[in-house]
Amino acid sequence: MAYKIDDTFCTGCSACEPECPNQAIYEKSGMFYIKPDKCTECIGSFDDPQCVSVCPIDDTCIIDTDYPRYVAA
Amino acid sequence: MASMFEGGTVSKLKPIGGIKVEVAGQSSGCGTTGGAGKSSCGSSAGPDDMPPEIWEKVKNHPCYSEEAHHHYARMHVAVAPACNIQCHYCNRKYDCSNESRPGVVSQKLTPDQAVKKVLAVASEIPQMTVLGIAGPGDALANPAKTFETFARLQQEAPDIKLCLSTNGLMLPDYVDEIVKYNVDHVTITINMVDAAVGEKIYPWIFYDHKRIHGREAAQILTERQMLGLEMLTARGILTKINSVLIPGINDKHLIEVNREVKKRGAFLHNIMPLISEAEHGTVYGLTGQRGPSAQELKEVQDACAGGANLMRHCRQCRADAVGLLGEDRSDEFTQDKVDKMEVVYDLDRRREYQQKVEAQREAQVTARKAALAAQQPDDGMKVLVAVATKGEGKINEHFGHAHEFQIYEVSASGTAFIGHRRVDHYCQGGWGEDDVLPSIVTAINDCHAVLVSKIGACPRDELKEAGIEPVDAYAFEYIEKAALSWFMDYRARIAKGEIVHKERGDAAIRQGAYLAA
Repeated sequence: MAYKIDDTFCTGCSACEPECPNQAIYEKSGMFYIKPDKCTECIGSFDDPQCVSVCPIDDTCIIDTDYPRYVAA
Repeated sequence: MASMFEGGTVSKLKPIGGIKVEVAGQSSGCGTTGGAGKSSCGSSAGPDDMPPEIWEKVKNHPCYSEEAHHHYARMHVAVAPACNIQCHYCNRKYDCSNESRPGVVSQKLTPDQAVKKVLAVASEIPQMTVLGIAGPGDALANPAKTFETFARLQQEAPDIKLCLSTNGLMLPDYVDEIVKYNVDHVTITINMVDAAVGEKIYPWIFYDHKRIHGREAAQILTERQMLGLEMLTARGILTKINSVLIPGINDKHLIEVNREVKKRGAFLHNIMPLISEAEHGTVYGLTGQRGPSAQELKEVQDACAGGANLMRHCRQCRADAVGLLGEDRSDEFTQDKVDKMEVVYDLDRRREYQQKVEAQREAQVTARKAALAAQQPDDGMKVLVAVATKGEGKINEHFGHAHEFQIYEVSASGTAFIGHRRVDHYCQGGWGEDDVLPSIVTAINDCHAVLVSKIGACPRDELKEAGIEPVDAYAFEYIEKAALSWFMDYRARIAKGEIVHKERGDAAIRQGAYLAA
């Protein structure tokens, strides 16, 4: 039900943080992470997940397979 | 405001109110005080060529005045890491302390860290007059951090000029903020005014919550850039347009860019060579898109002459550079060093130093005028000379210690700054590095002479063999004066039949990292 940020690719540029409609993205020691319980995959907010769209490095914001896909309530 | 400095890193700070009063009470240098009227700085690229209020804005801005860049320093604070567009010449993953090019930084800063760093640098380097936010992403893709930094600096270091650099995508939305914080210099990177060209440079933009690709992306970008430029001009903010010259992509097109930005009131146009190496991991680097040669760059710049004024002294510096253009003292001001510094922001000391600089600037102009008056009539001969300098407008650098050479075009009618060439240090630990010398010769191969404060016997012989005259007779003299005096001597030797004048070839623009820092 959430995206996650692959910290081997994340440059820590912070572009994703203000774009998240759910304030699910936070910084820790210069890297960025997504709180899975807050992430809605932008469903209901935008056509595309914002973190994926703004991230300068492809395949850094990816679906976290540890969680089931988000379903709008 | 002093509460910001609790924690012991800044031990003594003058009260802000006091600083403001002093600023109002005195005018800065350059001989423009009080009723003296026009500035006495005097320069072909100076106060005679522009309205006094504009000269006032640029006279100590190293990026906006070629003359100022010999004397005044700038710094960038890397508070803006996010970007909203992708460019084929940029790789956001890259960081290397030996690299000197835009978008590269060693440490990102918070606004709080940035303000401390600025105050520390300003205290240590009194000729630092300009603070810019130039990334490593886009200043206006990080509006909160950018404007917080400006707001605080306006309070705490009111004599420092603020500027920012942007790709222009969000510019129209922030013109009011830019005016509010007295940011009076804005640089926009504009590589095209035609989306058909733009789609070859920009794979995508992030705009209005969507990633947009191809020609549509380039169309939005160019429209936003032009609108932003027009809005800045209407508000009286000086703009510099940066364009990356990409051979085969926009080399011919930049003349049109120059025309369009001039039409919209751009103050300065800076055409820079593409920096592209496979090791940088950029799309252009990996696909073998090459940068221009020195001659190709000069041809495009010369073709734009008559349009928007051209800047030729850009060093394409890092987003955390500190110091004179062409030098980088950022290593002296890393975060841990700044944390330990005792910062005393003494406006009087800064102003006193800057007055000395102005006196030096006037002496430089006087020397140039005298050398010009002594010239023979102009017979159309023009040559390029390379100059080793570490600032103050003088020939004051040893050949072996130079990490760049400044290039001047000299004729009997005057001197013109053409650009600079980065080189690796020839002299390492007291010994000449033989494998470095050929690269220096390549970098200044279009020059007839190289003017230095000192040069060893070995490189002297090799330069002569390559047809470049090593000259140390004008050590510690002002650059333009020295170049003109050498030129007069050169013509005299030709007239006497001692030497024969020959045309020089092209030169290479340095691309990769320095071999040694």
